[in-house]
Amino acid sequence: MAERVGFFTDTTVCIGCKACEVACKEWNDVPDDGFVFRATSYDNTGALGASTWRHVAFVEQDGRWLMSSDVCKHCTHAACLDVCPTGALFRTEFDTVVVQPDVCNGCGYCVPACPYGVIDRRQDDGRAWKCTLCYDRLRGGMEPACAKACPTKSIQFGPLDELRQRAEERVERLHAEGTTEARLYGADPDNGVGGTGAFFLLLDEPETYGLPPDPVVTTRDLPAMWRWAGGAALALAAGVAVSFLRRA
Amino acid sequence: MAECHPVGYQWVMEARERGAKVFHVDPRFSRTSATVDRYLPIRAGTDIVLLGALINYVLANGLDFREYVLAYTNAATLVNRDFRDTEDLDGLFSGYDEETGRYDPSSWAYEGDVPEEEEPVEGGARHAEAAGSDSYGARGAGASATPPQDPTLTDPRCVYQIVKRHYARYTPEMVEELCGIPPEGFHELAEAITANSGRERTTAWVYSVGWTQHSVGVQYIRAAAILQLLLGNMGRPGGGIMALRGHASIQGSTDIPTLFNLLPGYIAMPHAHRHGGLDDYLEREGADTGWWGNRRAYVVSLLKAWWGDAATEANDYCFGYLPRLTGDHGHYASVMGQIDGTVKGYFVVGENPAVGSANGKAQRLGLANLDWLVVRDLVLVETATFWKDAPEIETGELQTEEIGTEVFFMPAASHVEKEGTFTNTQRLLQWREKALDPPGDCRSDLWFYHHLGKRIRQRLGDDDIDRPVMELTWDYPEIGAQRDPDAAAVLREINGSAADGRLLASLRELKPDGSTSCGCWIYCGVYADGVNMAARRTPHTEQGPAALEWGWAWPANRRILYNRASADPQGRPWSERKKYVYWDGTKWTGPDVPDFEEDKAPDYVPPEGAKAEHALAGTDPFIMQSDGRGWLYVPSGLSDGPLPTHYEPHESPVRNALYGQQANPARRTIDRPENPYNPALSPRFPYVYTTSRLTEHHTTGAMSRPLPYLAELQPEAFCEMSREMAGELGLDNGDWATIVTARTAIELRVLVTGRVRPLRLNGKVVHQIVMPYHWGYSSGGLITGDIVNDLPSIVLDPNVYIQESKAGTCDVLPGRRPRGPALLDLTERYRHG
Repeated sequence: MAERVGFFTDTTVCIGCKACEVACKEWNDVPDDGFVFRATSYDNTGALGASTWRHVAFVEQDGRWLMSSDVCKHCTHAACLDVCPTGALFRTEFDTVVVQPDVCNGCGYCVPACPYGVIDRRQDDGRAWKCTLCYDRLRGGMEPACAKACPTKSIQFGPLDELRQRAEERVERLHAEGTTEARLYGADPDNGVGGTGAFFLLLDEPETYGLPPDPVVTTRDLPAMWRWAGGAALALAAGVAVSFLRRA
Repeated sequence: MAECHPVGYQWVMEARERGAKVFHVDPRFSRTSATVDRYLPIRAGTDIVLLGALINYVLANGLDFREYVLAYTNAATLVNRDFRDTEDLDGLFSGYDEETGRYDPSSWAYEGDVPEEEEPVEGGARHAEAAGSDSYGARGAGASATPPQDPTLTDPRCVYQIVKRHYARYTPEMVEELCGIPPEGFHELAEAITANSGRERTTAWVYSVGWTQHSVGVQYIRAAAILQLLLGNMGRPGGGIMALRGHASIQGSTDIPTLFNLLPGYIAMPHAHRHGGLDDYLEREGADTGWWGNRRAYVVSLLKAWWGDAATEANDYCFGYLPRLTGDHGHYASVMGQIDGTVKGYFVVGENPAVGSANGKAQRLGLANLDWLVVRDLVLVETATFWKDAPEIETGELQTEEIGTEVFFMPAASHVEKEGTFTNTQRLLQWREKALDPPGDCRSDLWFYHHLGKRIRQRLGDDDIDRPVMELTWDYPEIGAQRDPDAAAVLREINGSAADGRLLASLRELKPDGSTSCGCWIYCGVYADGVNMAARRTPHTEQGPAALEWGWAWPANRRILYNRASADPQGRPWSERKKYVYWDGTKWTGPDVPDFEEDKAPDYVPPEGAKAEHALAGTDPFIMQSDGRGWLYVPSGLSDGPLPTHYEPHESPVRNALYGQQANPARRTIDRPENPYNPALSPRFPYVYTTSRLTEHHTTGAMSRPLPYLAELQPEAFCEMSREMAGELGLDNGDWATIVTARTAIELRVLVTGRVRPLRLNGKVVHQIVMPYHWGYSSGGLITGDIVNDLPSIVLDPNVYIQESKAGTCDVLPGRRPRGPALLDLTERYRHG
C-alpha cells in the first residue's frame, strides 16, 4: 500500500474563488447542481452533495467574511464504507475512500452513516457519489484537480503525515502572530473518526463553518450493539430451551 | 482583485504572508476585502478626494522623498505666469471656455514653452485636444529639455508649491465628508504608505476599472502617479501603479491598438486637417527631446512593414495611405452615428456592447439601424441576437420585422484553438501554443482578417483609391487544412527586419531612412536573432529574480519601466534592500535590463542642441518625457486640467463640498433623447449605484453563462444592499427589486448584506447599491437576467472617452419591474416626475 495521502485546507488563505469546485466538476464530469439563487452570501451550491464534491462555504459576520472549501474527509474509520453491502465503497491503496459507480446499487445506507453529511445519492440515477480524491489522477501520479487549481495554496495535497506537520507549524506561526483563534479540525488521529484524510485549519468553532464539532464514526457502537443483541438472543434462546427442558 | 483577478491575487496573498500590509478601498466589501489587513469603504466616485488628501498629508508633513522628487520629477519646474488653479477659480483652471465646455491649455505650460497654435474647429471638434496619443504629452515641438527651475522649491510658481496649494483643502475631514472614510482609517492608510516608502521600502498601488470608468477617470490615475512620484515609488522594485486589465491581452490591444486614435506603439493616428504630409505630421506630433525624438524612425519603419517596397522616400513611405481622423470616432460616437444613420456597418469582435457598454438601449437602437453587422464570438452574444430578443422588442420600441440590419455571425476559435501572444499588464508577451483545431466553422481572428483581406483584394482593381489595400504586404504563409496564417510570421513582421531580411534585435536599430521595417517599435526585439522570445519558459528556479527568460516584456525585455530611478542621481542604489539597476562605473547593470542607455554616465550633461535621448541628462530617468522628469504637474496633453481635482460624478446625490464647480467642466455629455440624464442632486434618484464583477463570471457572461459549472455558482442577476437600506425599502433578502434611472428600469434579486454599508456624508446618510453586470437575455446562456449596463448614461471622460459607469444615481422600488410598454411609462414618469 502506498503512503496515505490527503488534503490540508488552510482556510486563512482561501479567497473564495471556487476554482476548486469548478476544477473538480470539470475533471470528474460531475453534473451541475441546479441554477438556484440562494441569497446566501455568494454561495449558490449550498452544501456538499452528490453533484458538489467540493463546496466553498461563505460565512458573513460583522467585519469578517470566512471562506472555507469543504470536501469528503476520507476518514480513518469510514462509516460509509462499513455499511456498504455491495463493496462499492472501498479503501484505496492511497488510504482514501472511493465509491465505484459500476458496483453501487443505490441502497443509500452510506448516506445516513456519514457523520459529516457528505455522501449523497443523485436524484436521477439513485447511486451514491462523493469526492474520490481524484483516484484516477493519483494513479496517474498527479495531484487532485482542486488542489491543482487552487491559486493560493489554500488546498494542499500530499502525504498525510507531512501535511499534519506542516499544519501544526502553520498554526504555531499564526498563534505567534496573534491569530490565536486558529485551530486544526480533523487532524487528530484520536478523534471520533480516527482522524481524517482531509483536515482543515479554521479560524472559529467548526459549527461556524457548518462542520460537526465532535464527529463520531456512526458504526462505532455496532460491535457492542451486536454483542448486546447476540447476548439477548442467546438469553432468549436459553430461556426457550429451559422452558422446553422443564416440560420435558 | 480577488473578485476579478484571483490568479494574480495569489501574489498579493503571498506578499501578505511575507509581511506586506494590504489595504483595500472599495464601495463594497468583496472577497478582496475579506483577505486584507484593512478595508476602507468609499463612496463611488470620490477617490480623488482620498488620493488628494494623501498627497496633502505627504506635503504638509514634509514626508516626500525629497532627493528623488528634486532629481527625478518636475517639482522644481516653473509654470507660466498666466496659470490659475482651481483654488483661484472655484473649481476651474485658467483657459476654460464656458461656451464650448473646453479648455485652452496654453496657460498651463512651463515657463518659456511656446503655446501650440489654436486647433482648427470642425465636426467632432474636440478631438484635437482629447484622446491624444502619448506624444501629446511631450509639450509640443521646440520645448526645452531643461525648462526654468527653482531647486529650492520655494517659488510660488514652481510645481511643488502649486501642487501643495492645490491639495491644501484635501483634508482627512474632507475625506470623511465626501468619501465616507473615518479619520482613523485615513490615518492608518496615510501612515502605512509613508512608512513604507523611501530608500528602504516601496509601496505599490493596484487599480482597475473602478478608477477608470468615471467622467474624470484619467485624473484618478494621475492622482496616484503624483503620490507615487512624491514618495519615490516609480521605477523601483515593489513600486509602481498596476492597472489590472479587464480581459486577457487588453494590454496587447492597446499596444497594437484597436483604438481609433492610435497606431501601433502609441503613435498618433494622423488627422485629416491637422496634418499635411509625413514631415508636417512628425513635426506636430511630439517633442524633439526625449525618446519620442526618434519617432520618425518608428513611423517610417511601421509604414515599411505595412507597404513594403511600395513605401519609398519619394512617396512619403505611403504616409498618405493611412486613414485619417476627422473627429471623435470612439465607441459612443459610433453608436450615435448608427442611430443617426451615418454609420452603416459594424464589426464587433469579442465584444458584447449590447450588454457591456453604458446605456444598453442606445447600443441596441444603433445596432438596429445598421445595414450590416459582423459579430465574431464563441457563442451567440446579445449583440448578435438583439433583433429578436432585446428588451426593446418587449416594450415595442423595436419590431423584428422592421429591423433591416443584416447580421453575419462568425463563430470564433477559443484561446486554446489558436496560437499567438497574450500581453499582460506587466507588458509581458507570452506565446500560446494551439492545443487543438477549432471545431466546425470556428476560426481564429487572425484567419478571419487574413482571408477577408485576401477576398477584398480580389475584388479591387487598379484605381488609385484601391492602392492602399492592394499594395499592403499581405503574404503570410498559410498552414494546415484550414489555411491558418502563420502567427509566428506575423510576430516576425511586428518585430521588424533590416533591408536584407535579418530580424532586428533592438529598437535602437530602427532607421528613419526606410532601410528597416517594424510593425510595432516597442515590440522590436521580441523575435531577436530569429528566436521567439515570447515563447521562452525558463523556470524561475533556473534564472535571476527578474525572470528575464520567461516570455518577453516590451520594450527591450525591461521588466520595470524607468528603472534608472531605482538608483540615486549618482547611480548608487537607494539602499541595499532596494538595489536594482545601478551604475557600476562604466555601465548600468542589475538583475533587469536598464531602461536607459547602458553607457550614459550619471554625470552626463547634454550638449547644446542635442536631440532625442541625447538631450536628456544622466539623471533623467523618465526617458519618454521631453524633460526626462516624472510629471507631478502636466503642462500639456490633458484636456481637463494639469492637476487631478475632485469633481462629483455627473449624477451625484451630493454637492461638491470642495468647489462651486459640481462636475468635471470638460466632461463630454451626449444630450440626446436616447441618453437622458438624472439631474444632479435630484431627490427622485436618491441612491448611489456602482457596477462590479464577480469571480464566477467573465464580463458580459458570454464565456461563463453558457458553462454550467460557472452559471450554477452565480445563477441570477442581483444587487447588493445594506440591511439599513433594505429595511427602509421593506425588502427582504432574496426579494426582487426594480432599479430605476432616467434610461430604463431593470429587476434584480436582492442580496442583503453587512458588506455594503450606508455612508454618513456631512450628516446625511447615503445608501449605495452594488450590481454585478454579467447577465443578459441570451448568449447561449443557461441563465439570463436584466442588463445592469442599461442603467448608466453615456457621459465621458474628456481625455479617453471612457464612460462613467462606476458611479451614478438611481431609485430602487420593491418588486419586479413592469412588463412591456408599462416599463416605458415608468421611466417616463421618472424623467419628468
